[in-house]
Amino acid sequence: MNRITEAFSGKTAFIPFVTGGDPDIETTEALLHTLAEAGADIIEIGIPFSDPIAEGPVIEAADVRALSHGCTVDDLFEMVARVRRSVQIPLLMMTYYNPIFVYGAQRFCERCAQVALDGLIVPDLPFEERDELYEVARTHGVTLISMIAPTSSDERIETIARASEGFLYCVSSLGVTGERSELGAAARVMIEKVRRVSSVPCAVGFGVSTPAQAREIAGFADGVIVGSALVRIVAESGRASADDVARFTAQMKAAIS
Amino acid sequence: MTTGRFGPYGGRYIPETLMGAVRELEEAYEHWRSDPGFTSELDALLCGYAGRPSLLTYAAKMTADLGGAKIYLKREDMNHTGSHKINNVLGQALLAKKMGKTRLIAETGAGQHGVATATAAALLDMDCEVFMGAEDMERQALNVYRMELLGATVTKVVSGTGTLKDAVNATMREWAGRMVDTHYCLGSVMGPHPFPTLVRDFQAVIGREIRAQFFEAEGRLPDAIIACVGGGSNAIGSFYEFIDDATVELIGCEAAGCGVDTPRHAATLAKGSVGVLHGMKSYFCQDEFGQIMPVYSISAGLDYPGIGPEHALLHDADRARYVPVTDDEAVEAFGYLARTEGIIPAIESAHALAFAMRYAPRLGPDKSIVVTLSGRGDKDVAAIARYQGVALHE
Repeated sequence: MNRITEAFSGKTAFIPFVTGGDPDIETTEALLHTLAEAGADIIEIGIPFSDPIAEGPVIEAADVRALSHGCTVDDLFEMVARVRRSVQIPLLMMTYYNPIFVYGAQRFCERCAQVALDGLIVPDLPFEERDELYEVARTHGVTLISMIAPTSSDERIETIARASEGFLYCVSSLGVTGERSELGAAARVMIEKVRRVSSVPCAVGFGVSTPAQAREIAGFADGVIVGSALVRIVAESGRASADDVARFTAQMKAAIS
Repeated sequence: MTTGRFGPYGGRYIPETLMGAVRELEEAYEHWRSDPGFTSELDALLCGYAGRPSLLTYAAKMTADLGGAKIYLKREDMNHTGSHKINNVLGQALLAKKMGKTRLIAETGAGQHGVATATAAALLDMDCEVFMGAEDMERQALNVYRMELLGATVTKVVSGTGTLKDAVNATMREWAGRMVDTHYCLGSVMGPHPFPTLVRDFQAVIGREIRAQFFEAEGRLPDAIIACVGGGSNAIGSFYEFIDDATVELIGCEAAGCGVDTPRHAATLAKGSVGVLHGMKSYFCQDEFGQIMPVYSISAGLDYPGIGPEHALLHDADRARYVPVTDDEAVEAFGYLARTEGIIPAIESAHALAFAMRYAPRLGPDKSIVVTLSGRGDKDVAAIARYQGVALHE
């Protein structure tokens, strides 16, 4: 079994997201240790991008902070290599396609394999376009995570679910990333459709920010992805955010256990 | 690989959330584009409302003054709302209406596309919200007010560089959150499939008219067609009809800002490299890590770090060539056309004119070129005065 899929066995996985290099590489490095120790089952590391079209204002601002300090993909690979000496849970990179394309898919996936990154989430590389990355990623043992959204047709959901590996990223609601006071029932319906054709673990993201929401989602999903709420803590506390992040992670973890 | 490719360029690199919306648009366009009712309704709007066909004006004084090829001007500046943008907007607004949409959203740089969209929304009884970079709102304050007069809401985009690319980001985000009643009326031959094809088809009327009007005037094909290129819609609209006519030289003029050897330019093909942004694979101004670079031009309409995918292919295939034109050259051409022909061109179009002024004397008097005047320059008068250090009391 894929190490990513294993992270879902026997529990609801908690999957936090942090923007790499926000506010600096050292802070991200420390936070990865904090998250792993506080019980994260998988961690997504965002590569900051100049034009993050799927992000709401919280993560976009984090990207701006990281880029303004000169954070590059190479810095993030080196940081992951250091973290890997002690952190064993699956690590994913979440990135827009252009940083991969310009780096070169081959070279990018080689670097992922060297630093033992488990997978990639590429929000602007939909199923129809993924071939140009999928094979090269697979060759290097890097899992390309698929996404479905409330606007995906039943036929698309089935096609994508059948072909998905690691886990399936279920976008909870329309719009961009960011905290939402109410999460629609859309995710539950989507996951029911997935279940008809695949046993791939389903993790729900976009808008999840409170333990109560996480608990609700854990009732029907295999994993809970939390981005903006964590990035907001980092935005507010910066280099001193470790304690707040640990506390939040423990609360979320407790809510879904 | 998906449909909607121009060689390796184009495609559909967008979040899953938007896939349903672009597929819905693609299906609707496939259905309506050949529907006689739709095409006659659109023709009626283009002729009876937008003022088509636009003139092809022989620039006799300019030709005599420059002493070379005969220069013809394709007068998109004469269209209702003052630019070629209305051609595409009427097509998309009518299509959106057929799809049952009640609201149009759009990005705008110079404000021309925003004004055109607000106009079509007013005419067709649709709601309209236009996203505009904070810096562009400053540069084009008059167009902001114009859009509001037409009943549109103008939303200021402060993220990123506060220019056209950030307005595109904001409009895509808005669309991802609300697509049931909303159509994204994209303003150029860019974005995910089907936009580059659909916008080109709606703008191709420019080239079709050039062919007929030029034939009437000269009894043959023109030797060159010159147009400015930001995303590239007036250029592809001018070029498309002539792609298979190998004797017709196609020349796109990019904004070189302060010069291509400075960091302050928007010359995508001269200085950019292949990447993926805003749903398409094409050329972009970017750094070695794929971060999109801030671009600059005096012209808000050309201040975009990418170019439509069909231009990328025409460039690679050597079917069209793309030349950089600086702010200084464009401003010079802006004043020159006003003095010489009594026509104040948009500063965007002045980039094409500037190259024509350089190029015409190199061709013999037996040659003829057509320059597409994509828009009129009323909107630019204040900015040009500022550029030249003239104090205006408005």
